[in-house]
Amino acid sequence: MPIQGVNDFVIRFANVNGSGSASANLLFARSILRMGAPIAPRNIFPSNIQGLPTWYEVRVTADGHLGARGGTDIMVAMNPQTFDRDVASIEPGGYLFYDSSRPIPASRLRDDILVLGMPLTDICTREYKEPRQRQLFKNIVYVGALAALLDIDIHEVEKLIGEQFKGKDRLIAPNLRALRIGYDDCKSRFVCPLGIRVARSDAVGNRILAEGNFAAGLGAVYGGATVCAWYPITPSTSLAEAFEKNCARLRVDRVTGEKKYAIVQAEDEIAAIGMVVGAGWNGARAFTATSGPGISLMQEFLGLAYFAEIPAVLFDVQRGGPSTGMPTRTQQSDVLACALASHGDTRHVLLFPDGPGEAFEFGALAFDLADRLQTPIFVMLDLDIGMNSHLCAPFRWDDSRKFDRGKVMSAADLESGREFGRYLDVDGDGIPFRTIPGAHPTRGAFFTRGTSRDRYARYTEEGSPYVDNMERLLRKFDTARKLLPRAELRKAAQPTRIGVIHYGSSAAAMGEAAELLASEGVHVDALRIRAFPFGAEVGQFIAAHEQVFVVEQNRDAQLRTLLMTDLGVDPAQLVAVLHYDGTPITARFIRREIAARSSAFAAPLTREAVS
Amino acid sequence: MSYLAKPKFQHPALEANALGFTHRDYEGAISTLCAGCGHDSISAAIIRACYELSLPPHRIAKLSGIGCSSKTPTYMLGQSHGFNSVHGRMPSVLTGANLANRELIYLGVSGDGDTASIGLGQFAHAMRRGVDMVYIVENNGVYGLTKGQFSATSDKGSKSKKGVDNPDSPIDLVALALQLGATFVARGFSGDKAQLVPLIKAAFEHRGAAFIDVISPCVAFNNHEGSTKSFDYVREHNIALNSLDFITGRAPIEVDYAEGESEVVAMHDGSAIRFHKLASDHDWRDKSAALAVLEKHGIEGEIVTGLIYLNDEAVDLHERLKTTSRPLNVLAESELCPGSKALEAINASLR
Repeated sequence: MPIQGVNDFVIRFANVNGSGSASANLLFARSILRMGAPIAPRNIFPSNIQGLPTWYEVRVTADGHLGARGGTDIMVAMNPQTFDRDVASIEPGGYLFYDSSRPIPASRLRDDILVLGMPLTDICTREYKEPRQRQLFKNIVYVGALAALLDIDIHEVEKLIGEQFKGKDRLIAPNLRALRIGYDDCKSRFVCPLGIRVARSDAVGNRILAEGNFAAGLGAVYGGATVCAWYPITPSTSLAEAFEKNCARLRVDRVTGEKKYAIVQAEDEIAAIGMVVGAGWNGARAFTATSGPGISLMQEFLGLAYFAEIPAVLFDVQRGGPSTGMPTRTQQSDVLACALASHGDTRHVLLFPDGPGEAFEFGALAFDLADRLQTPIFVMLDLDIGMNSHLCAPFRWDDSRKFDRGKVMSAADLESGREFGRYLDVDGDGIPFRTIPGAHPTRGAFFTRGTSRDRYARYTEEGSPYVDNMERLLRKFDTARKLLPRAELRKAAQPTRIGVIHYGSSAAAMGEAAELLASEGVHVDALRIRAFPFGAEVGQFIAAHEQVFVVEQNRDAQLRTLLMTDLGVDPAQLVAVLHYDGTPITARFIRREIAARSSAFAAPLTREAVS
Repeated sequence: MSYLAKPKFQHPALEANALGFTHRDYEGAISTLCAGCGHDSISAAIIRACYELSLPPHRIAKLSGIGCSSKTPTYMLGQSHGFNSVHGRMPSVLTGANLANRELIYLGVSGDGDTASIGLGQFAHAMRRGVDMVYIVENNGVYGLTKGQFSATSDKGSKSKKGVDNPDSPIDLVALALQLGATFVARGFSGDKAQLVPLIKAAFEHRGAAFIDVISPCVAFNNHEGSTKSFDYVREHNIALNSLDFITGRAPIEVDYAEGESEVVAMHDGSAIRFHKLASDHDWRDKSAALAVLEKHGIEGEIVTGLIYLNDEAVDLHERLKTTSRPLNVLAESELCPGSKALEAINASLR
C-alpha cells in the first residue's frame, strides 16, 4: 500500500551540485507555501561548487512540525552517482521519481515502492537546442511534473516564476513553457495525483520563510551595527552578505551615496575580530560573523576584549568540527569554545536563537547587551538555522525602542567633575563607566591594555588589584544573568518528573518529540535555554525534576558541562541526549533516546527508520 | 627611574603652541625602558612633533601591539586614549578604531618583532587598505623583553650579543611598505632627532597609510660590535637622502639653500614640506626609484634614511568605502535603524 498523506510527507531531491537545481527546488518549496501548507525545507550540500552530490528536502507538515523528520516518502532521483543509495533510502510504500531516458534495470529498483520514470533528458533534448538550456529547463520540467503528481496548483507556480524573474522578463515565458511541458507530460503518463499530495490550507498564516543568516544580518542592521569585519567561512558567509545587502538598501544616503556603515573583508579571522575590538573600543557597534575555525583563531583577542571590557558581537554559525570537520553540516559544537574562549579565567555571554525569528531579535539585542555589559556577546547559530529556510513569524520591530548604549560617560559628565575610573564599580553591578576616545580635551582619557591594572586603569602587577578586578568581572557576569533572555518553559499536559533541556536548532524537533512522547503516555516538561550564563529559572527547573535530559547536537554534551559548572548541578541528574552526525536532529531521534533511557517509559518501542 | 612619579612642575617660561599647550602637555608617564633606549628618543620626537603641529592631544588615539616599543604609548600623550593590544595585531585594532571614527588622528606604534614577524600579515593589509594613520616601527633588530633573540629585521650575518651570526635574510619593512601601497614611506634613526621630528610631522599631515621605520638601537641586547643595528654602525652607515622642514601656515618659509637643492611640496591640508636633497638625487615621487635606491645602498650595507616615497594624492580607506563624512560612532537610531515599515516590506518579500 503506497504511503498516503495530505500535506504530510517528506520529499527529497537528489541533485548534482552546480546543475542549477537549487532555484528550481526553492520554486517547488515556495509553491507549496503559496498553497498555504507549512513546510520545512533543508539543504544537504557538500563543500564543493560543482559536481558532488547535493540533496534538498522538503517536509510538508500540516501540523507545523518544522524540525527534520527523517526518512523520505518521495525521492526525486536526479543524480546517477547516488541513485542506488537514494532508492534504498525511500520509506517502504514510498515513491521514486527519476529520469528514465536511460533504461535502469529492474534489479536497481524496488518492488515495495511506486516507481515513476519520466524521460526528462529526452524531453529536453527534443525541446531545446542549447546544452545549458537543456540542463536548466530539465529542473523546471520536473517541477511541473511534481506539481501534477502532488496536486500543486500550477497557477501558483506560474505566479512565482513571474515574481522570481521580475526585471528579467524575457526569461519568464521559456520557464513557463518548461513548467507546462513537465506538467502536461506527467498528466498523460501517470495517474495524478499520488497518494501523497498537497491540498489548499490556511495553516501558514502570515508567516515568512527566511534563512537564519539573513535574519541575523538584518538584526545587525536594526541593532545599529555600523562596522562589520569578517572573513569568508562556511556556513557564516551569507550572514555578512545579508548585512551588506540590507545596508545597501537601507543605509545609503540617496542623495550623496554615502554609506552609514563600513564593511571590511579582513585578511583572516584574527584581523576581523581585531577590527571589531578596535571599533567597539572607539564607540561603534561592530560585529563579525564566523564559524568554529574562526572562533579558534580569535581566542587571544576574545580574552583581551573580556579583560579590557570592550563591546563586541560575534555571530558563530556552527558547523561540524573539530578542524575542518564537516564544513557543510550542522552541529552545536562550539558552545564550550565560545563560553570559555581564550586563556586565563574567562567567561562569555552566549545567546541561543532557535531560528530566524530569534536570530533577528537576538541579532539586534546583542548590540545592546554588548554595550551594556561591555564584553563580547556570542550569537550561537548553526548551519541548520543559518543556511536553511525556516517558516517563522514575521520579523517585528517596536519603533519606540532606543539603543541601550550602556554606561558611557559623556563630555558633559566629565566636565561636571564626575569621578571617572575606567574599572571602578560605581553601581555595584560590576559594570564600570567608559569614555569614548576624543570625548573631552582634558578628562576621561585612559589606557586600555590586556595587562593587569587598577580601578583607574593604571598598570599594576600587584596581586590585590588583580583579584579585585577579576572578582568584579564575576559580579558583572552575575549581572548578565539578569539581563539575558529567560529560558522558555513548555509544560507537559500532566505533572511530570521528567524534564528536558534543549537549545537552538533542536527546538522544533524537541517540540514534536514531546508530542510523540505524550501520545505514548510519557510527559516531559521542556525548557529551552536562550542564553548563557543561566538565569535562576534554569536551576529551579532542574531542581523540580528527577531526571533531566539535555538534548544537544555535539558529542561531548557541552551545554551539560556548562550546567554543571555554572549551576553546580549533580552530573547524575543530567542525562545527555546527543546527536552529532552532521544532519539536523529529528523528533524521532529524541523520542527514541528519551524513551530508551527514561525511567518512566514502559510502553514497547516500535521499530522505525531513525536518522 | 621608573619608580619615581613624574613631577607635574613645569617651567613658567615654557613656550606654548597654538592651542596653549606646552610640550609637557604632550608627555606621558615616565618611561620604564632601559636608560639610553632608542625608543625613548622616538617617544620624545613624537611628543615634539605633536606639540609643534599643535595637535589636540585628546583627538589622538595611540595604539600598539606587544613588546618594548609597544609599551611606549604609555610614555607619551597622556591626554590621549591609548590601546596596548595583542602581539602583532595593532593594525587591525587601529583599522577598526579608524572605521568607527574617521575624525581622530591615529598613531600606531610597533616594533620589528611585532610588525615583521608575528604581525607581518596585518602590517601588509593595513598598508594596502590605505588606513589613514602614522605607523611607526621602532626597529632594533632584536627581541628585547625576552632578552636578545634575533628578529626578522636582523641583517644576515649580524652578530647577537652571545656572538652568534644571524643566518637568515632580513625583512626590509620600508621596501615592503612601498610594494604594498603605503603612500608615505620614510626611515629615520632614533639618534637623529633633527631628521626624525619633521618626518613624523609630515606623516601626521599625510592622509593615508604613512609608514616610518625608525632604526632604534637596543642598548641592552643589540648595541655591540658586529651588530648592524648598534648606534655606532647606524651612524657610520646612515645615508640620509634628504632632510625636511615642515612648514605650517604660520611659519615663514626661509630660503637658505641654493636653487636645485631644495623643493617645497604642498600637503593636502595646506601645510607644506620643504625637502633638502642630501646624499643623492633621489626622486621621492618615483616608487621604482625608491626601491632601486634601497637595493643599491642595501648591497653596500648602508641604511637609507629620509623621506623615501610620498604620494600626496592618496585615497584612504574611508574614501574607498564611501563611508559617510560623519564618524560612524555618533550616528543615532534614527539614522541607523530602518524601522517597522521597512521591516514590513522585507516580511512581504519572504512570503
